Amino acid sequence: MTQRIFVPRDASAVSVGAERVCRTIENEARNRGLDVEIVRNGSRGLYWLEPLIEVEIDGQRIAYGPVNPEDVPGLFEAGWLQGGTHALCHGPSEEIPYLKRQTRLIFARMGVTDPLSLEDYRAHGGFKGLERALDMKAEDIVDAIDTGGLRGRGGAGFPTGIKWRTVMNAGGGQKYIVCNADEGDSGTFSDRMLMEGDPFCLIEGMIIAGLAVGADTGYIYLRSEYPDAWDVLEDAIVTATREGILGANVLGSGRGFELNLFKGAGAYVCGEETSLLESIEGKRGLVRAKPPLPALQGLFGQPTVVNNVITLASVPWILAHGGEAYKAHGSGRSRGTLPFQLAGNLKQPGLVEVAFGMTLRELLYDFGGGSASGRPIRAVQVGGPLGAYLPESRFDLPLDYEAFAAVGATVGHGGIVAFDDSVDMAKMARYAMEFCAIESCGKCTPCRIGSVRGVELLDSMLAARPQHSNDDTLLRDLCQTMLEGSLCAMGGMTPYPVLSALDHYPEDFGLSPKQEEAST
Amino acid sequence: MSSTNQADLLPALHRLQEKFGYIPDHAIAELAKAHNMAQAEVVGVIGFYHDFRRTPPGRQRLRICRAESCQAMGADALALHASTQLGVEFGATTADGEVTLEAAYCLGNCACSPAVMLDDELHGRVSAERLDAMLAEGRGV
Repeated sequence: MTQRIFVPRDASAVSVGAERVCRTIENEARNRGLDVEIVRNGSRGLYWLEPLIEVEIDGQRIAYGPVNPEDVPGLFEAGWLQGGTHALCHGPSEEIPYLKRQTRLIFARMGVTDPLSLEDYRAHGGFKGLERALDMKAEDIVDAIDTGGLRGRGGAGFPTGIKWRTVMNAGGGQKYIVCNADEGDSGTFSDRMLMEGDPFCLIEGMIIAGLAVGADTGYIYLRSEYPDAWDVLEDAIVTATREGILGANVLGSGRGFELNLFKGAGAYVCGEETSLLESIEGKRGLVRAKPPLPALQGLFGQPTVVNNVITLASVPWILAHGGEAYKAHGSGRSRGTLPFQLAGNLKQPGLVEVAFGMTLRELLYDFGGGSASGRPIRAVQVGGPLGAYLPESRFDLPLDYEAFAAVGATVGHGGIVAFDDSVDMAKMARYAMEFCAIESCGKCTPCRIGSVRGVELLDSMLAARPQHSNDDTLLRDLCQTMLEGSLCAMGGMTPYPVLSALDHYPEDFGLSPKQEEAST
Repeated sequence: MSSTNQADLLPALHRLQEKFGYIPDHAIAELAKAHNMAQAEVVGVIGFYHDFRRTPPGRQRLRICRAESCQAMGADALALHASTQLGVEFGATTADGEVTLEAAYCLGNCACSPAVMLDDELHGRVSAERLDAMLAEGRGV
């Protein structure tokens, strides 16, 4: 009987050698005359174990990792196809605590299925949400999203149901569903994983969004840094169109949905929704002033839903299981689950989908295993380059949109980047300003000029220390101007990492620690 | 239908750059005509996006991620190493035209930091030694 071996095709897994491991397994199996079938799945998200290879024995998948090509002969020698013991064996995949302790709703198929197999997708609950939605009135679809309490997963946390209702009620004419797949925040990779590892889930979510608001056309704006996701999505769209899931007659319903893939060109600011729309229209990605809201005048001036990948990918689950079931997870006004991404200096980086409400400490230590370097974790940036730095005194904060906002921080897209005690927080603050200067679209002055002045100010502060004590009045003043005067989050949130670094790590700036108490 | 025309501009720029490695000057007038735009507007769009370049790149494009997650895992030292080994600053091409060194701000490989991309190939957990080996292999050494 053919035995199945799973080797991830995920870009991250391949970046650490999964492709070479795959070829070595094929060769070894052939040389040994063994009958194996290699399935290219997505990643389970246990990245410190990648390349993570799974062998299926009696319907159960046994995990081995990290597997290097030179480990492969030894694994065959140890009888891994029969469950033989080996130092790299982690037992049944589903029993690995890192995975077992998660609540995988949206990422339930991740790493389990072949991303491009519709048969696999259907066998694991795919299209149940869409089939339901096709039998529902548009209002009822939006109600289900409202009930579930889904909020925008791109970072802003705006209620998805309200956005959809606005577009639904926007009158007739052409409407669009735009998926924001410009995942530019450092420390985030859940969009990439989902597109590479479960592309039909995103497609299904977009079709449902189209049914809800009355849009027959969608765009996925994908950043150019994700060539593998591009290939997978391109294949998935061809397959879905051929099988009558996309196109003029979605699942034989008589309703149509056409999906276009659009490649970005390396501009971080195009992750801002209005800049993204300008970019699809072939223009410089300058941020638009709001109002008008994209929901009323979006792409080509038409009513448009702009949602992040994970927001749209959460939709099929909510439709399949009901808003109440989704709402049952979470804390406060943050309902459901969020696929958190553990990155930076952690022993066990990876994808952790859990309900809102877990503390940062649990994620960093119970899942992340502490720092990779073995040194104390000194600072954690949550929510990407525009997110605040948090010191250990904040590690018991529950991950919840409101709890984070209350301390001047943001959950954002769920990216968590850990730094050990070798980090220089004044340099990180400078980097935040520098990044803003490089990526600012240039439309508003506080962002365009403020970021450049911020770099200059921090350069002089860096040069003055440790001999001279610094004064942070000017820097704080500049941050306030950027916070209040910028057109979008680029300039408006760059002060978050800067101010949090100043507040919690004044000594790194050549400031006396006393100011910390005064400002927090 | 000028807006629809212009909407094809980014895909057209990507196609040109894929073919030539950059956007040649002589293409600007044609692009402007085809998309019903002024030449200045086309140049403005090209200039906005980091991906598009107006001069030929090196034979290989090496992008080193300089964003936070990679910084937390030693990307600054890796960047310095690359710049020293290649003898170029970021944004420049080696004298022999082999390698263009660029900064990237997140390659989505944050769980395997530090990350680099050589042409379209992503690499994770990259040490200075591995980077040297990759470059040597790329040069056919």
